[in-house]
Amino acid sequence: MENPLILQMQSITKVFPGVRALDDVTLEVRRGEIHAICGENGAGKSTLMKVLSGVYPYGTYEGRIIYMGSEMTFKNIKESENAGIAIIHQELTMIPELSITENIFMGNEVVKHGLIDWDAARHLTKELLERVGLTIDPDTQIKHLGVGQQQLVEIAKALSKNVKLLILDEPTSALNEADSENLLGLMRDLKTKDISCIMISHKLNEIAAISDAVTVIRDGHTVDTYAVEAGNVDEDRIIRSMVGRSIENRYPEHESHPGEIIFEVSDWCVEDPRVAGRLVCKNSSFYVRAGEIVGFAGLMGAGRTELMRSIFGRNYGNYLGGTIKIKGKQVRITSVASAIKSGIAYVPEDRKNLGLNLIDTIRKTIVSANLKAIKRGGLLNADEEFRAAEEYRKSLNIKASSVDIGVNTLSGGNQQKVVLGKWMFTEPEILILDEPTRGIDVGAKYEIYRLIHALANQGKAVILISSELPELLGMADRIYTIFEGKVTGVLDRREADQEVLMRRMTDTSATGSKSGKDGNAS
Amino acid sequence: MKYIKQVLGGDLRQYTMVLALAALIIIFNITSGGRMLTSSNFQNLLSGNAYVLVLALGMLMVIVIGQIDLSVGSVAGFSGMVMALVARDFNLPWWLAVLVALAIGVIVGAWQGLWVAKLGIPGFITTLGGMMILRGGVIWISKSISVPAPAELKLFGAGYLPEWGPAFTGMNNSTLLLGIIAIAAFALTQLQKRARSVSVTGTKEPLWAVVVRIILVGAVICYFTWLFGSGRPGTSFPVPGLILVILIIIYHTITERTKFGRHIYAVGGNKSAAALSGVNVQRTYFLTMLNMSFLAALAGIMFVGRSTAAGPSDGAGWEMDAIASVFIGGAAVSGGIGTILATMVGGIVMAVLNSGLMLMGVGADRTQVIKGFVLLAAVAFDVYNKVHGRSSIIGRLFPDKETKLNEGNPAGSDS
Repeated sequence: MENPLILQMQSITKVFPGVRALDDVTLEVRRGEIHAICGENGAGKSTLMKVLSGVYPYGTYEGRIIYMGSEMTFKNIKESENAGIAIIHQELTMIPELSITENIFMGNEVVKHGLIDWDAARHLTKELLERVGLTIDPDTQIKHLGVGQQQLVEIAKALSKNVKLLILDEPTSALNEADSENLLGLMRDLKTKDISCIMISHKLNEIAAISDAVTVIRDGHTVDTYAVEAGNVDEDRIIRSMVGRSIENRYPEHESHPGEIIFEVSDWCVEDPRVAGRLVCKNSSFYVRAGEIVGFAGLMGAGRTELMRSIFGRNYGNYLGGTIKIKGKQVRITSVASAIKSGIAYVPEDRKNLGLNLIDTIRKTIVSANLKAIKRGGLLNADEEFRAAEEYRKSLNIKASSVDIGVNTLSGGNQQKVVLGKWMFTEPEILILDEPTRGIDVGAKYEIYRLIHALANQGKAVILISSELPELLGMADRIYTIFEGKVTGVLDRREADQEVLMRRMTDTSATGSKSGKDGNAS
Repeated sequence: MKYIKQVLGGDLRQYTMVLALAALIIIFNITSGGRMLTSSNFQNLLSGNAYVLVLALGMLMVIVIGQIDLSVGSVAGFSGMVMALVARDFNLPWWLAVLVALAIGVIVGAWQGLWVAKLGIPGFITTLGGMMILRGGVIWISKSISVPAPAELKLFGAGYLPEWGPAFTGMNNSTLLLGIIAIAAFALTQLQKRARSVSVTGTKEPLWAVVVRIILVGAVICYFTWLFGSGRPGTSFPVPGLILVILIIIYHTITERTKFGRHIYAVGGNKSAAALSGVNVQRTYFLTMLNMSFLAALAGIMFVGRSTAAGPSDGAGWEMDAIASVFIGGAAVSGGIGTILATMVGGIVMAVLNSGLMLMGVGADRTQVIKGFVLLAAVAFDVYNKVHGRSSIIGRLFPDKETKLNEGNPAGSDS
């Protein structure tokens, strides 16, 4: 049973001055289909979606868009929305201070006699929320929702506009496993209601789980497109066509040689800064050996980031108790500066808001956590700064013509390398990497993995927080699991698999994985 | 165009305002019949605006951390008044009175810094309070009457450098010495930079570009040395101007080449990222606010020295001139962007406007109107350039061959 085509994009070519972003790209989506688009960062996926949604108006590209049987000539987003095409962006676009109702009907208000009919709007919102599986008060402010819930509200908003074709740009990149599952479930549900979805994603396991068709774009060309049976997608084929070569192993080979325990945290307790009495870390204890890569698994909101940021100079929450030992000696770390001095480095998960000052250049960023090292005669020395930055640009293979380039112009993978360089420049003994590969493409991920291995080989203790279980299983020597602020166990890489981890991350006693969604505080 | 770029050092953007300033001076000189570029006019221009430029130094740092200080005029007025009062009523020597005034600046700055850093009150509110409190304070302690200041202070507000040495130079020798030092220092740093660049970057600027640059800048310095030094006997480069130059060097060094300076930009660019890089955000806020009030007190002293008396309305509206200088100099309202040198150019643009319009006989009312439009135009131009990615006026006047090609053929080549 073949559903009819809802969308045909034929021979789309889009040229920017000097760059051919899309070259004769073809995309066909059937009604009620989940169509995955894969490709490395910069391959042209987002450009294609912008052409489709009218961000690049008709006339600025070549080729034809045939949607629901007729050719479309969108001049702006409004027109594509009216036609029933909606995009859910990677960065959520709702206004945190306003309620769910206000956000959903923003620009599309329910008006009666020239005034907004809030009762009707609220009623409609409630229905829409039910359709996406949310049972929360429509008057709740967006800022009180977790990322996963916000995403669902975005979809509810799209549904309110009677959407026929939903485009999701990296929908799960900021979600934990439970929320991702939930979202994918919703997409399956929409499919039965004849709503088609185009999903851009880096997460091959998700694509494999739900998509009916896959189109791979590389360097502005369609390199592969084929229908698949959900649950039966050849991930290797996707990877091969994405990178144009086959990656035999997504995680590089590595044999670790752990040494002495050099980092030990005992009975760490942290209180939520906003809610007195609520503990986000409860008597957490763990240790890391030199040259060892230790993974931390847990659902979002489980307190992994909070624990690490608290250890990193009490950057988060109110410290209640606990001790840190570095190389067997107890240390008192009360500020980020003292944490850096003690040899700890923390690469935050939110690269753009916590990791980088986006108006800085590469050279200023690299040295920013260790200005002492470029001091000569009491003043900062521009030559030393240049040397340091240039060294990392080369050794980390940061793709930029010079170190005077602004970090905001770099791709996600290169930005992450700059952040890693910044922390390597502090010459740490202990590196805490919080979601180091989030939102970056397969090729750059591989480079980051190799870098992590290199750091471990130098005898550094590496702590790796990740929401992607395969990544933890592929990279870590041991994996701690955290549930609601408690360390619920530690597993050796050899005895761990996704199921065991997930059970501990949801604390066996709890059934299902719904708890992660409500506990999502960040 | 390529050659101009090499001489100027690549980044043309920063020269836009300098070029506008030069054009402004020349236009005013023509319309005023040559009265703009005279020794006395420039001496007055500098000593009459030095105090605002001193404020702008601190204001730049405040704006870079993402705050604003509205109290600087009141702090300047208050410190100046206290200085005059303690000198008159307690018979303190002038230097002790100056120290008292500076101490008041530091205390006020610490007070405001505490509110901003420890309590998290926005600088706008904190200093709006400070502005009202201290303005009231000045009027209160002075009983609304001007108080004469110690005569020694005139040197700092409107004094000139000493005359010495041979007369055949035809100008004030102190000024001449300053000019020579300036040229030598510029030439030396340029040549050193070029020598070092090989070992660091592996590339070397062509020698001719550096030499042309030194000659051009040297010529400008020579001209101004002559302009300031050749006035009527007894005049020279003004002392407040010298104080300003020394402060510019100090604060340029602080912002560009110290940890504290980097921290200012880091906090202004992204507070959370700065905190996670080991920057003590509260301390940075505190010290920047403290420094601002210290400089405000210094500006107050310089002004009292110039006007020989402290008045109850001294400093009214100065904050606005200082803030305008910073923004004309290209600083970002959202923080994180702005430099000391550009701010000084912005401040001098304002000063030249004041002076030139006065020479043309334009009244203070219309001068104010024009300054308002200039501020808007300067910032709008900056924003426009950022949005459109164009570098500068110069970039527009002399487009590269490549950009010309691309503009003529937007679809790119078909090859």
